[in-house]
Amino acid sequence: MDRQPATDTPAPGTLAHRRMPRWAPAGLALASAALGSGLGLAAGWHSKVQWGLLAAIFFVLGTYAITTAVEGKRQAKDRIATSIVWVCFALAVVPLASLTWTTVARGVKVLDGYFLSHSMAGLNQMVPGGGIYHAIIGTLEQVAFATLMAVPVGLLTAIYLVEYGKGRLAKAVTFFVDVMTGIPSIVAGLFILSTWVLTFGMGPSGFAGSLALTILMMPIVVRSTEEMLKLVPNELREASLALGVPKWRTILKVVLPTAIGGITTGVMLAVARIAGETAPVMLLVLGSSFINNDPFSDEQASLPLYVYQEYMLGTPYSYDRAWGAALTLIMFVMILNLVARAIARWKAPKTGR
Amino acid sequence: MAKRIDVSGLSAFYGSHRAIDDISMTVEPRSVTAFIGPSGCGKSTFLRTLNRMHEVTPGGRVEGKVMLDDENLYGSSVDPVAVRRTVGMVFQRPNPFPTMSIYDNVAAGLRLNGSYKKRDLDGIVEKSLQGANLWNEVKDRLNKPGSGLSGGQQQRLCIARAIAVEPQVLLMDEPCSALDPISTLAIEDLIGDLKERFTIVIVTHNMQQAARVSDRTAFFNLEAVGKPGKLIEIDETERIFSNPSVQATEDYISGRFG
Repeated sequence: MDRQPATDTPAPGTLAHRRMPRWAPAGLALASAALGSGLGLAAGWHSKVQWGLLAAIFFVLGTYAITTAVEGKRQAKDRIATSIVWVCFALAVVPLASLTWTTVARGVKVLDGYFLSHSMAGLNQMVPGGGIYHAIIGTLEQVAFATLMAVPVGLLTAIYLVEYGKGRLAKAVTFFVDVMTGIPSIVAGLFILSTWVLTFGMGPSGFAGSLALTILMMPIVVRSTEEMLKLVPNELREASLALGVPKWRTILKVVLPTAIGGITTGVMLAVARIAGETAPVMLLVLGSSFINNDPFSDEQASLPLYVYQEYMLGTPYSYDRAWGAALTLIMFVMILNLVARAIARWKAPKTGR
Repeated sequence: MAKRIDVSGLSAFYGSHRAIDDISMTVEPRSVTAFIGPSGCGKSTFLRTLNRMHEVTPGGRVEGKVMLDDENLYGSSVDPVAVRRTVGMVFQRPNPFPTMSIYDNVAAGLRLNGSYKKRDLDGIVEKSLQGANLWNEVKDRLNKPGSGLSGGQQQRLCIARAIAVEPQVLLMDEPCSALDPISTLAIEDLIGDLKERFTIVIVTHNMQQAARVSDRTAFFNLEAVGKPGKLIEIDETERIFSNPSVQATEDYISGRFG
């Protein structure tokens, strides 16, 4: 499209009209950021949040005003929608970036080989040193057992709901899965406490924690798997059935492989979710300063619980250790996500020639 | 190995809705039978009752008899999975399995049924692809994904997949409606070859196609929207298109319908 000089008035009936230059949104963003911080500085506001909000308001209103003057009403509406999307995006990213930055900046101080390979055994909490090896072992074992229990059950439930379920039973199952999604983690912990520990008389153990985590993980796996299975086109099922393939083999060999990428991602998100649970672990695993490799007996540590306990101690060294453990936990979840993405890409339906 | 289909008094339902009503016809072995008729008249539903795919649809239900030579497909001890191995199907939209290569797509029926010997598989895949006139185009890239082929090639891949399990009857539900004229010609030629070995039933909206490929043609119609579809007449294709015995058929064929 021809870009006309900004001074031209458009002749009626032509398609060309005055347009703002391509750099206009970026320029406006910069200008409103400068204006926001300038005014904030002048008014003596301490909170940078207020500066940012002011800049955001300037950006949205300025975009609207200038576009109305230069391009016209319709384009102004378009641009205001775009600028609101950008502002919301920025608002969403700021906490994420801030959280990552704070955790990395504070956690990296203590994070080294020693920290990752030693426990807190025999250590006075008031001095530096110590490590999170025992908590890593605990988290890995508890999450692994929870995953081993929740994924098969969740997967099969989702397969039932999508491929077989009709009528009342399926509706009831869907309803209870929805209810389970909303269970607070402390309630799941109390449930296992009252059955496994109090009724059956089992002592605290990593496995007891896994049971509670399973309750939290199962509905997430069911929900995400269900959505992924629904995305598999019906034509593929019919193609397979029409070849004389039994239904169970159709599900196993055609439906699941087609959806496996999404299912893996869903499972990994569920793992990430339960890896950060503190409450049930606190009730059922209790935490420990020592390395306990056996998830079936005695107290174990776990990363989120370790973070909480070190933070409660309130010494500068325990704060450092808490941040270090938090950073480890974030990295653990991030590595899991990367692995999941790799699997999803590797297993995804192929499109190349 | 091709078999005769003898349908008598067949009605099909979706839930309580009667989609087709009281259809009786005979489909001759080693011939092509075409189903024509307006949209919604139950051609596809009827086709799907011939290999028990109709009941895969939620609420799908059938009354009546479909004899394949001397066996009733809807007999109480008949396994629908076995029926579908005997009566293959090709769908309107090409639907190769996206996770599988060209080779695996053709081998899918045998592999998933578990009824094959490993050393025969290469031969069967080649034979089926040749049978579907696709071998020369794909023989150098058998391990590439089937979804990378063009629409017409994908449809021939689906035909190869269907004939790899050696069915007696091949049902085709508007196999060319998503394809360009050249791919359509390729598939019509292929149907001409396949009828030497299989009993073929094809649903089509294209009357020239029905006239070109079929030996016998059945005309379906429905009285009004919401009423069940009915078989109006079935006859030699030449007669249907030159001198049909029912006025409605002539109206439909000459475009004076409705």
